[in-house]
Amino acid sequence: MAKLTFKTDFCKGCGLCVDACPKKLLRLANEKINKKGHHPAEITDQSACVGCASCALMCPDCVIQVER
Amino acid sequence: MAVVFQKPKALADIPMHYCPGCTHGIIHRLVAEVIDELGIEGKTIGIAPVGCSVMAYNYFTCDMIEAAHGRAPAIATGVKRSDPENHIVFTYQGDGDLASIGMAETVHAAARNENITVIFVNNAIYGMTGGQMAPTSLPGQITQTSPYGRDPKLCGYPIRVCEMLSQLEGPEYLERVTVNSVANIRKAKKAIKKAFQNQIDGKGFSLVEVVSSCPTNWGMTPQAALKWIDDNMIPYYPLGVYKDRTAEQEAAK
Repeated sequence: MAKLTFKTDFCKGCGLCVDACPKKLLRLANEKINKKGHHPAEITDQSACVGCASCALMCPDCVIQVER
Repeated sequence: MAVVFQKPKALADIPMHYCPGCTHGIIHRLVAEVIDELGIEGKTIGIAPVGCSVMAYNYFTCDMIEAAHGRAPAIATGVKRSDPENHIVFTYQGDGDLASIGMAETVHAAARNENITVIFVNNAIYGMTGGQMAPTSLPGQITQTSPYGRDPKLCGYPIRVCEMLSQLEGPEYLERVTVNSVANIRKAKKAIKKAFQNQIDGKGFSLVEVVSSCPTNWGMTPQAALKWIDDNMIPYYPLGVYKDRTAEQEAAK
């Protein structure tokens, strides 16, 4: 069981984390807009996350904090 | 639960100005993580370049100096020589900075084997000024100033900085890495850490060339840009260690 915390207002919606997730658990929230005007990344199924931190390694803006 | 990944302490908690998907953010973070791990934040002085990363001094929490265009290795030389025992000096430069206007400073700092660390971000284009052709733009690459693709007959061939510097006796360590996948990011961090460790050990000039992307000026999505690195950049700029004098001396024993 792992926990991801998103600093949503830092997210630029580039989607690199979405592609980096080996379990395809991330998505860009098309119905949300953050302070910068981007669709921020979010996790779809927190319980399935193993905390590999691939998304956080790939994120250029340090949006994601990973706990495990 | 323990925190296994968070923003490094050597990176300020403010949003960066880079375009979405720009790998500058990843490279900034790798440098900051290395500074944290080596515990050298208090004595590190970074030299910021001119280019997209001109405002790098806002993002690193160590002391930073802004250099004139291309002159970062010259300023780093002065800072390092003024107090070599107590300062760790690194420069962070793009290809438009290091490989064109700053070429002389770079080559001579390497030839003198100055004990500094150079992080060279190569994205084959001038990013900040709007996507003009750089000394590292690939043959056939479309840029603002080569709209029909770079013609080597007219503009010459791109410069491979690591290969060129490896011909000098001076430099201690030269490696080319990229950050287009999780595995490559881990390798890049290892190379950057080694470049800083070399300086702490007093070994001399270390340069890590990071093959990077520029989704905005290449005119593609961040995902396509990372793939473009694999398909076009890596064949022209092969990854690997180009010089590691300590390892060569060990092998010769």
